[in-house]
Amino acid sequence: MSGFRKLIGKSGFKSVISSILCIIAGIIVGFVVMIILSLFNDKINIGDAFYGLRIILGGPFSSGTAKYIITNLGDMIFYAAPLVMTGVSVALANKTGLFNIGAPGQFLMGTLGSLLVALNINTIDKPGLSVLVWILAILVGAVCGAIWGCIPGFFRAVFNVNEVIVCIMTNWIAANIVSWVFGEMPHLVNKGAGKSGYLFTTATTGNSTPKLGLNNIFKGSYIDIGIFVAIALAIVIYIILTKTTFGYELRACGANKYGARYAGMNEKKNIILSMAIAGALAGVGGALYYLCPGIEFKFDSAYAKLPDYGFNGIPAALLGSNNPIAVIFVGLFIRYLSIGGDNLSSAGYNKYIADVIIALIIYFAGFSKLFRDIMDRRRKKEASIIKADIADVKKDAEPIIETSEAEATAEAESNVSPDVQPVTGEEVDQ
Amino acid sequence: MVFLLQKTLIYAAPLLIVALAGMFSERSGVINLALEGEMVFGAFCGAIIARAFVNNGILVDHVQLLFAIVLVASAICGAVFSLLLSLSAVKLKANQTIGGTAINMLAAAVVNAFALSLFNSEKIQMPASFGGYVIKNPDICSVARVFGDKAYISTYIIVGLFIILSIWIYKTKTGMRLRSCGEHPQAAASVGINVFKMRYLGTTISGALAGLGGYAYIATVANGTSEGTVGGMGFLALAIMIFGNWKPLGIAIGAVLFGLLKCIGPISSSFDFLKNLGMPMYFYNIIPYFVVLVVLAITAKRSGCPKAEGIPYDKGMR
Repeated sequence: MSGFRKLIGKSGFKSVISSILCIIAGIIVGFVVMIILSLFNDKINIGDAFYGLRIILGGPFSSGTAKYIITNLGDMIFYAAPLVMTGVSVALANKTGLFNIGAPGQFLMGTLGSLLVALNINTIDKPGLSVLVWILAILVGAVCGAIWGCIPGFFRAVFNVNEVIVCIMTNWIAANIVSWVFGEMPHLVNKGAGKSGYLFTTATTGNSTPKLGLNNIFKGSYIDIGIFVAIALAIVIYIILTKTTFGYELRACGANKYGARYAGMNEKKNIILSMAIAGALAGVGGALYYLCPGIEFKFDSAYAKLPDYGFNGIPAALLGSNNPIAVIFVGLFIRYLSIGGDNLSSAGYNKYIADVIIALIIYFAGFSKLFRDIMDRRRKKEASIIKADIADVKKDAEPIIETSEAEATAEAESNVSPDVQPVTGEEVDQ
Repeated sequence: MVFLLQKTLIYAAPLLIVALAGMFSERSGVINLALEGEMVFGAFCGAIIARAFVNNGILVDHVQLLFAIVLVASAICGAVFSLLLSLSAVKLKANQTIGGTAINMLAAAVVNAFALSLFNSEKIQMPASFGGYVIKNPDICSVARVFGDKAYISTYIIVGLFIILSIWIYKTKTGMRLRSCGEHPQAAASVGINVFKMRYLGTTISGALAGLGGYAYIATVANGTSEGTVGGMGFLALAIMIFGNWKPLGIAIGAVLFGLLKCIGPISSSFDFLKNLGMPMYFYNIIPYFVVLVVLAITAKRSGCPKAEGIPYDKGMR
C-alpha cells in the first residue's frame, strides 16, 4: 500500500493520469458531437456514431485488410515525425515559460529552407552526395526555423511583448514569404498534367530522406527514417533539459524568471535561446515532412492557411506534460487518432471529427491542473490522516515524532502545487 | 480614392467590433485568444441561418432586415460558444491561453465537420437571392459615397454598437464594475462585486461581438463564403486592441489603419499605382502583420494592459 501511495505521489505519474483523463474526456465529448451530427444529417443514424467511434479508436487497425493496415501503420509513423518535432518545440518553449504558438510559421520556414537546398542541388547521378545534401537541407531548415523562432523570443525578452501575439503575426508573415519565394522560382514548380501550384518533390533531385528498407516492411506507405531523426532529437532535448546546466537555466527561467535573475542567470538570453531552439525543432519538422519523396508542397495556397502540423504540436506537448520523451508517444497517438479519422467515411462522417476530438483534448488539457489538484486533495487528506496517527502516538515517544511530523507536513506541502516547480537543489540532481 | 476608402471601411468594420470584443473580455480579466474561433463559429451559424431563412422564403423581400436579424442571431451563437471559454477560464480556472487556443482549433474543426457533413463542402455559400444586400447610391457626391455607396448595413450597425458599448463600459455602474474586475478583482470583491459574474458578462459580450463580427466579415469581405477560417482577422483584432491600448478610441484608430493596410493586398492588382511598384500581393499581405510587430515594439512600454488579465480569480489571494 505504501508503495502504491508513493507511486501516486510522484508528479510524473500524476501527469500521466491527468493526460489520460484529458484524452478520455475529449473522446467522450467528441462522441457527443458525433451524436449531435447524426441528429442533423439524415444519412447518419445514431448507430453509426458508435460505429464511427470504434473506427476512430481503432486508428490504422480499422482500415480493413491487412495490406491497408500495414500501409496506414507506416503512414502513421511517417506523419508522427514532424508532429513529434513541433511537439518537442512547443514543450521546450513551455519549459521556459513561453507559449510557442509560432510553430506553424517555423515549420513553414523550415520547409522553405530545406526545399530551397534540396530542390536546387541535383544529386540524381551522384548517390554518395545525396545524403550530404539531405543533411545540409535539414540543417538549413533548422536555421531558418531558428531565425523565425528568435523573433518572438527577442520581442518577449527585450520589449516584454506577449510572445503569443508576436508568434501569430510571424506565422502569417512566414506563410506569405513561403508563397512569395516559391512563386519567384518557376524552375521548381511542377507543371505536369493536372498540377497547379505544386513544387517538384525531392524524388526528382535525389535528395529525399533515406528509407533504409523501411518501405519494404510497410509497403505502399510514405515511411522513411525521419521518425528516427525525430526520436533522436527528442532524446537530445530531453538530455539537454534535464542533465545540463543550460537546460537547468531554461527551466529555472520558466519556473520563476525573477528567481533566475536573482541567481545570476541571464534570463533574456535564455528566453531568446529557448525560442531559437524551439524554432529550429519546428523547422526540422517541416524539413522532415517535405523531404519525403512522396509529399508535394502546394506553395500557391500556403499563404492562406497555416499548416496543421504546427498547431497539433500544442496538444502533443500539453498531453506529454512537456516531456520530450512523452511527446514521442503522444505524437504517435495523435496520428493514430487522425488515421482513424481518415477512415471515418465508411461510417458517414468525415475526417474533421478527429480534429474535433484533438481540439477537445487540448481544451481539457487546460484543466490538467484541476485534475492534479483533485488528486492532491486526496493525497493531502491521507497526509493529514498520517499526521493524526502521529499525534496519537505523540504521548509515548516525543522526540522521534517531532521529525516524522515535520516530514509529513513537508511532504504534504511539497505536493500542494506541482505546477510551480521550485528551483531547489533537487532539480540539479535530476 | 473613393474605392480605396470604401474598401477600408468594409475591412475596418469587423476589425473594429472584434477588437472591442477583445477589450470587453480583457477588461474583465480574461485573455480572449479565442476571438478567431468565435468569429468562425458565429459566421458559420449566421450562414446556416441565412440559408434557412432564404430557403423557406422568409423575409426575402426585406434583405436589409434579414441581414440585420442574421447578425443578431450570429451574435447569440457567438455568445453561446464563448461560454466554453468562460467555463474553463472563469469557473475552472484553467490556463486561458491553452483554453483559447483549444477553442480556436475546436471552432475550425466543428465548422468543417458540420459543413462537410451537411452541405458536402467545407465552404458554405450564402444563397444567391441574398446578393442584393449591398447599399448602392452611385449618384451622390464623392464624400458621401465613401459612407453611402457600396456599403453594408452591418457597417452602420457595428459603428452604432461600438459607440453605445464604449459609453456603456465607461459611464455605467456595471461597466465600471466590469473594468474593476480586470484591474484588481480582490479589491472589487471586497466592495461586494461578484467577480465571477462580471467575468462571465465580459466574455459573453465578447463572444457575442466576435460572432457578429465574424458574420459581418464573411458577408462583406469574404463575399458570403463561410469556411473554417477567417484568415487571421481575430488575431489581427487582438493586436489592434493592444495597439489601441485597451481603449475604444485607440481601437477605432487602429481598426481604420489596419483596415486600410489589410485591404491593400487583395485589391493591389486593381490599382495602377500599386501595380507599377511591381510587388506581388504577398508583399502587401505582409505589411499589416509587420506594422503590428513594429507598433508592439514601440508601444510595449506604455502598456495600458489590465493588471489582472490572464490570472484566474482566487478568493484567497489578497
